[in-house]
Amino acid sequence: MARIGVFICHCGENIGRTVDCPAVSAAAVRMPGVVHSVDYKYMCSDPGQQMIKKAIVEMKLTGVVVAACSPRMHERTFRAAAAEAGLNPFLLEMANLREHCSWVHADKAAATQKAIDLVRVMVAKARRDRALRPIRVPVEPTALVVGGGIAGIQAALDIAAGGKKVVLVERGPSIGGHMARLSETFPTLDCSQCILTPRMVEAASHPNITLMTYSEVESVEGFVGNFTVTVRHKARYVDPAKCTGCGDCFNKCPLKNIPNEFDAGLGMRRAIYVPFPQAVPNKPVIDAAHCTMLQKGKCGLCAKICPRGAIDYKDQDSLVKVKVGAVVLATGFQLWDHAAYGEYGGGRLADVIDGFAFERLASASGPTGGLIKRPSDGKEPKTIVFLQCCGSRDDKAGKKYCSKICCMYTAKHAMLYRHKVHDGRAVVFYMDVRAAGKGYEEFVRRALSDDGAEYVRGRVSRITRKQDGTLVVRGADTLAGRPVTIEADLVVLADAVVPRPGSEKLAQIFGVGYDQDGFYSEAHPKLRPVETAAAGVFLAGACQAPKDIPESVAQASASAAKVLGLFANPELEREPIIARVNRATCAHCRACISACPYGAAKDFDVLDRAGKVLRTVVDVNEGLCQGCGTCAAVCRSHSVDLDGFTGEQIHAELNALL
Amino acid sequence: MTMSEKRESPLAKAVRETSGVVLAECYQCGKCTAGCPMARYMDLTPNQIMRLAQAGDDAALERLLSCEALWYCVGCLTCAQRCPRQLDPAAVMDVLREMAHRRRKIPAAARKILAFHKAFLATVEWGGRMAEIPLVLRYKMNSGDFLSDVFLGPVMLAKRKLPLLPHRIRGRAEIRRIFATCRKGTRP
Repeated sequence: MARIGVFICHCGENIGRTVDCPAVSAAAVRMPGVVHSVDYKYMCSDPGQQMIKKAIVEMKLTGVVVAACSPRMHERTFRAAAAEAGLNPFLLEMANLREHCSWVHADKAAATQKAIDLVRVMVAKARRDRALRPIRVPVEPTALVVGGGIAGIQAALDIAAGGKKVVLVERGPSIGGHMARLSETFPTLDCSQCILTPRMVEAASHPNITLMTYSEVESVEGFVGNFTVTVRHKARYVDPAKCTGCGDCFNKCPLKNIPNEFDAGLGMRRAIYVPFPQAVPNKPVIDAAHCTMLQKGKCGLCAKICPRGAIDYKDQDSLVKVKVGAVVLATGFQLWDHAAYGEYGGGRLADVIDGFAFERLASASGPTGGLIKRPSDGKEPKTIVFLQCCGSRDDKAGKKYCSKICCMYTAKHAMLYRHKVHDGRAVVFYMDVRAAGKGYEEFVRRALSDDGAEYVRGRVSRITRKQDGTLVVRGADTLAGRPVTIEADLVVLADAVVPRPGSEKLAQIFGVGYDQDGFYSEAHPKLRPVETAAAGVFLAGACQAPKDIPESVAQASASAAKVLGLFANPELEREPIIARVNRATCAHCRACISACPYGAAKDFDVLDRAGKVLRTVVDVNEGLCQGCGTCAAVCRSHSVDLDGFTGEQIHAELNALL
Repeated sequence: MTMSEKRESPLAKAVRETSGVVLAECYQCGKCTAGCPMARYMDLTPNQIMRLAQAGDDAALERLLSCEALWYCVGCLTCAQRCPRQLDPAAVMDVLREMAHRRRKIPAAARKILAFHKAFLATVEWGGRMAEIPLVLRYKMNSGDFLSDVFLGPVMLAKRKLPLLPHRIRGRAEIRRIFATCRKGTRP
């Protein structure tokens, strides 16, 4: 005989304002199977939980219904309380009186009636609940980090320092990411390479880290604790085991004029190349799209020159499977293409460049050796105009959001330029200066007061090019209330920060959510900022939202802490909400096998004592099943049921409503 | 009705209902002013007009309806084309210009511009299309400014830019009906 207790929460005023909670309590106690009913201001608080625990013990409850908020919010809290009082936690159900009732209704009488109906439904379900045991699955204590920028490197180093193995997968030929391209970093102006390259080396040489560069994640199977990830090693055409990185090949390659992506197209590379001299691993790859040997079968110079015989033109992509327990996505960002802004030249003006191009011009290891020279004619620009919010905060042609880092790097650019060209003029068009960070506001003020950057508050309407190559920038000074026209030698656009191409496909592979702009969604914007909707998959860096280096590093360390926390236990517990097959009635039509999106439904031979196959049915793998219920829906003989949501329970819930 | 509509000023409401522009959406980037070919002659720049219209109080309205800038707008719509918020400052200025006209608050410097607008419309009503000489004559009569640009006339005549016999279209009755409808104040 069921003995159900009903606990109705006012949620402060959230529920109490629109639902007459004492009336719901009075109605609940008359429902079949209910022996106890009570309402309270905050059921989730300590006294509220004590009420539940006490009633379970004293009233010998066999089931509990908490009528409060969404189970997403507090089911875990209340189930833990039930378990402490000795009740199997899966005998506790929640009726959602807040999101499903009080928040969406205004009429108190009708809302109270609906609340009573919702409680009756859950009481009907709770009467048919069975005790369930959590499923335990082993954890593979190796992490996969996708993306070898500063966020990925930091996450990998932190996990490795915690004593766990890491596989670091990077799409490009070298780790280092965008940070390796920067000249100096705000707000301290320390050299980006000097602080990054030692970390790159550490990541490559750490015994716990396996580096997979020039590789991409192809597919993922499994679940938290037990992922099997297929990684595609792209053909490098250079055997890294034989190559010593001497550089003879890329010094001799006859193709000299391929724009180097690393230098934002300002510098040139060969068809066989390392993206930059400090690359890790410092071993070249052949760019198959440009190499004459691979395209036309002629040349072969690098193979002739290589003293180690490391060149292999027959190299093929290969697929490798790695078993990991957790994943950190750190795929980073790129700059939005300002070609969409026709009024700024549509990407056709050589001297209208983006922030990364300016970084490479200012970098000591860049194509100009750190001299500021404009791309069109190599002249030193005497006036540079910097435009902030280029493509950001523009829901017509660009992106709705603020890209966050541009205010700071533009101030840095203006500063670096004034340090290098003393008679130069740096004009910054801005809408707002968002310098919220430690030392950030002071940094921007320094750019204005000490380094003489001229800040003009307004957006630019148009950039045109005169015959002599001068750029005419037509903007506004909204504070002075007048249009402003400036003749400049170089214009630097602070293009919006957008996710890397392919980030949406990767999110789909891992089952991670993403927003309309392609940034990955965290599980909770405040309280779970590094987790995702996919258990065991964490986020680090600008793949989640525009972030600067300190924030990316902080989030990377946070995700490493989450991974190490997950790996601290040899086994994981997960909710036993899984499908179960009635072997006596299963006709082995295999409809569930083809319907299961997780590959959890498998053939199963029923054997007799002699080991002879009596018949074949379907069985569900507890580790793989996610409890979606698709198999139960397609089963023609009603042989599949979902623990915690059985057909009988669903019918009982519907009947309670009628 | 959304929250912002409930709280909007009578001016913001009038602007929204006539032009479709929700003034609260302007974030004052100034791109309208930056691209405006007339901004350098204006006593209030386009973004300042948007800002005062956002404020919407009596003092702001007074400044708006008595400013010259409203009348300097040539309707090139560069502001609307470039606005990252997809607003239309020129349409807002249209609404304000109509208000100023209704209240007879036209600054002295703008009277000639109004005279030109009226001359243009009268010419179209008469002939169904633009006609240079009737337009010029009407403008001179309306404005009382007989002497400016007189030396341009012979030059334009020599370049065949001023046809001596103005062309009138056949469907003048329809044009007159359009004007009559507009005078009644009902939208077609």
